[in-house]
Amino acid sequence: MTTATDSTHIDDHHDDDHHEHHIPPGIKRWLYTTNHKDIGTLYLWFAFIMFLTGGAMAMVIRAELFQPGLQIVDPNFFNQMTTVHGLIMVFGAVMPAFTGLANWLVPMMIGAPDMALPRMNNWSFWILPFAFAILLASLFMEGGGPAFGWTFYAPLSTTYSNDGTALFVFAVHIMGASSIMGAINVIVTIFNMRAPGMTWMKMPLFVWTWLITAFLLIAVMPVLAGAVTMVLTDKFFGTSFFDAAGGGDPVMFQHIFWFFGHPEVYIMILPAFGIISAIVPTFARKRLFGYASMVYATASIALLSFIVWAHHMFTTGMPVAAELFFMFATMLISVPTGVKVFNWVATMWRGSMTFEVPMLFAIAFIVLFTIGGLSGLMLAIVPVDFQYHDTYFVVAHFHYVLVTGAIFSIMAAVYYWLPKWTGKMFHIGLAKWHFWCSLVSVNVLFFPMHFVGLAGMPRRIPDYALQFADFNKWISIGGFAFGLSQLIFLALLIKACKKQGEPVSDQVWEGAEGLEWEIPSPAPYHSFETPPVVK
Amino acid sequence: MSEQSTQNKNSKMVIKLLVIVVGMFGFGFALVPLYDVLCDALGINGKTSNTAALYESVEIDESRLVTVDFITRTNTGMPWEFRAETRQVKVHPGQLNQVDFYVRNTAVTDIVGQAVPSVSPGPAALYMNKTECFCFEQQKLHAGEEMLMPMKFYVDPQLPENITYFTVQYTLYNVTATADVVAMN
Repeated sequence: MTTATDSTHIDDHHDDDHHEHHIPPGIKRWLYTTNHKDIGTLYLWFAFIMFLTGGAMAMVIRAELFQPGLQIVDPNFFNQMTTVHGLIMVFGAVMPAFTGLANWLVPMMIGAPDMALPRMNNWSFWILPFAFAILLASLFMEGGGPAFGWTFYAPLSTTYSNDGTALFVFAVHIMGASSIMGAINVIVTIFNMRAPGMTWMKMPLFVWTWLITAFLLIAVMPVLAGAVTMVLTDKFFGTSFFDAAGGGDPVMFQHIFWFFGHPEVYIMILPAFGIISAIVPTFARKRLFGYASMVYATASIALLSFIVWAHHMFTTGMPVAAELFFMFATMLISVPTGVKVFNWVATMWRGSMTFEVPMLFAIAFIVLFTIGGLSGLMLAIVPVDFQYHDTYFVVAHFHYVLVTGAIFSIMAAVYYWLPKWTGKMFHIGLAKWHFWCSLVSVNVLFFPMHFVGLAGMPRRIPDYALQFADFNKWISIGGFAFGLSQLIFLALLIKACKKQGEPVSDQVWEGAEGLEWEIPSPAPYHSFETPPVVK
Repeated sequence: MSEQSTQNKNSKMVIKLLVIVVGMFGFGFALVPLYDVLCDALGINGKTSNTAALYESVEIDESRLVTVDFITRTNTGMPWEFRAETRQVKVHPGQLNQVDFYVRNTAVTDIVGQAVPSVSPGPAALYMNKTECFCFEQQKLHAGEEMLMPMKFYVDPQLPENITYFTVQYTLYNVTATADVVAMN
């Protein structure tokens, strides 16, 4: 991509009236803000707080599983912890973090002054805290919070759930509305606000991957809204979408849920691909290998994600032909994903590599995400899935792709762009401690889960057979260490927000290319009020 | 590009995207009938037809025998005794058979029940033709009342050669709370 700019001969037509040059003081700045950078910051801090909250729940889970038997929490509360941990990490941590990055970066990367719909942007953030307040409040009510797993399979969520399910349903509705508004904003911004000369195939990959993610979001979040609505009416209003007695079918719930759920998986990883595709070329000091193939691979992953949902349901008793179809379609996804991994490695090949903190996280991402991808490929094999289904092998698989995949990419992104946001280099010592502690502990945490899973330890159960005791002890120790490592990150971020550290240049990183590196550091409150010209 | 035209372009695009959002919300609900249609057409859900089949000029295939098992169960919260009087029949395809099912309401209140059939292996469901079945409508039993419910069926002679044995399971659900007015009378 060529992103050299020339802003000298632009006619300056914009009027200043609609820009908020006066920033209101205190909390009002954040409540009323329509500035994409403020909203990005809000999203990122919200995601981080949710990450710590969901992480605290994971600590409860790991403390209970530290040894066999029931010692710390009762099984119903354990189930609430696994359910709410999943919901918070998916809808509260990973998705808002990516939306926050999109808010900060997409306008700066395409040379736009702000997002296209700034007021809706404010809305889409500010309804989120309410959604999670409702969800978390349900934990403290009579009967407790949702305990049916984040996938809320019927009849667990209909016949066998408590009245708090209504709160869960409304919380998910609000989260969905927020994501849909965020996605519409990203699409409109990318379609209409690109600087002159920023053609489609010059857009940075982060912008491309987010554009495709946004289309996935508006296609499947409404289906999720439909699914939770059906659960609500089945439970409280006497419909029988999922009740066989009334002519419904509980298996249909799984079809509708996973029609949303599988594209959702890619919603949580495609922006990560964009981030890694930005970081690796910078620190390898080479152009990204195979830019066009990256774009096409992203688009094909997105399209394929709509025809593989039933691989989550191999054991429900599908016809063999359907199982074969979903098996092969799933395996097909490893082709475009493999193209991406190949391209990243080829970008590093014979590059002048240096290992700054964002690059460390990016390389860890490539290796560990690939491990998660390979275990996914194993799970795609129908007969093998009959053994692995609902075991810790599945837990290991999706934590490798979501923690060392999505979360590591978000951390890489924060380290990469943080100096641009604050104008100061973060504390490199703390960052390296954070990286190495996280890297070691995350593998102690998740790798042995493969073994206990293969040996048959089921997921979502607060107790286990004695032979899994040793591995579970290690897993829990890894879990506590990984949780504590994130406090280093918290300390680093607080330092960064206090603007401590060495000032950085506009380009920040020697090999960084792109419009966002051409504006001053820290990025001014209003950037690209005059669109740059991209050659 | 002027501010006005960008605003216009943005609102047009937002409207288009909102149409997709509303459409996909509808699609989520459209999956419900679509699921039933697909399952019926492909016979992959083990669901038999809910309407009576006609038994007219059906040729009896004397050359083979098909074994049909009958299993009954009651769902949680359904205090009825429920069993098939005949557990297993061997039939020629095309031959009309009758199997009776016994039910008794063990509760002290009147209860309306609905039986839901399921055939395994699924593909056999398409060839299980019922001319009369208690599962076509809801049943009401007074407290302590018992009843013999008939079910008449024939196996379609088109049944694939490789299916020689299938099981029909009836699950009885307590639908008193949502029962039809007809059944309540």
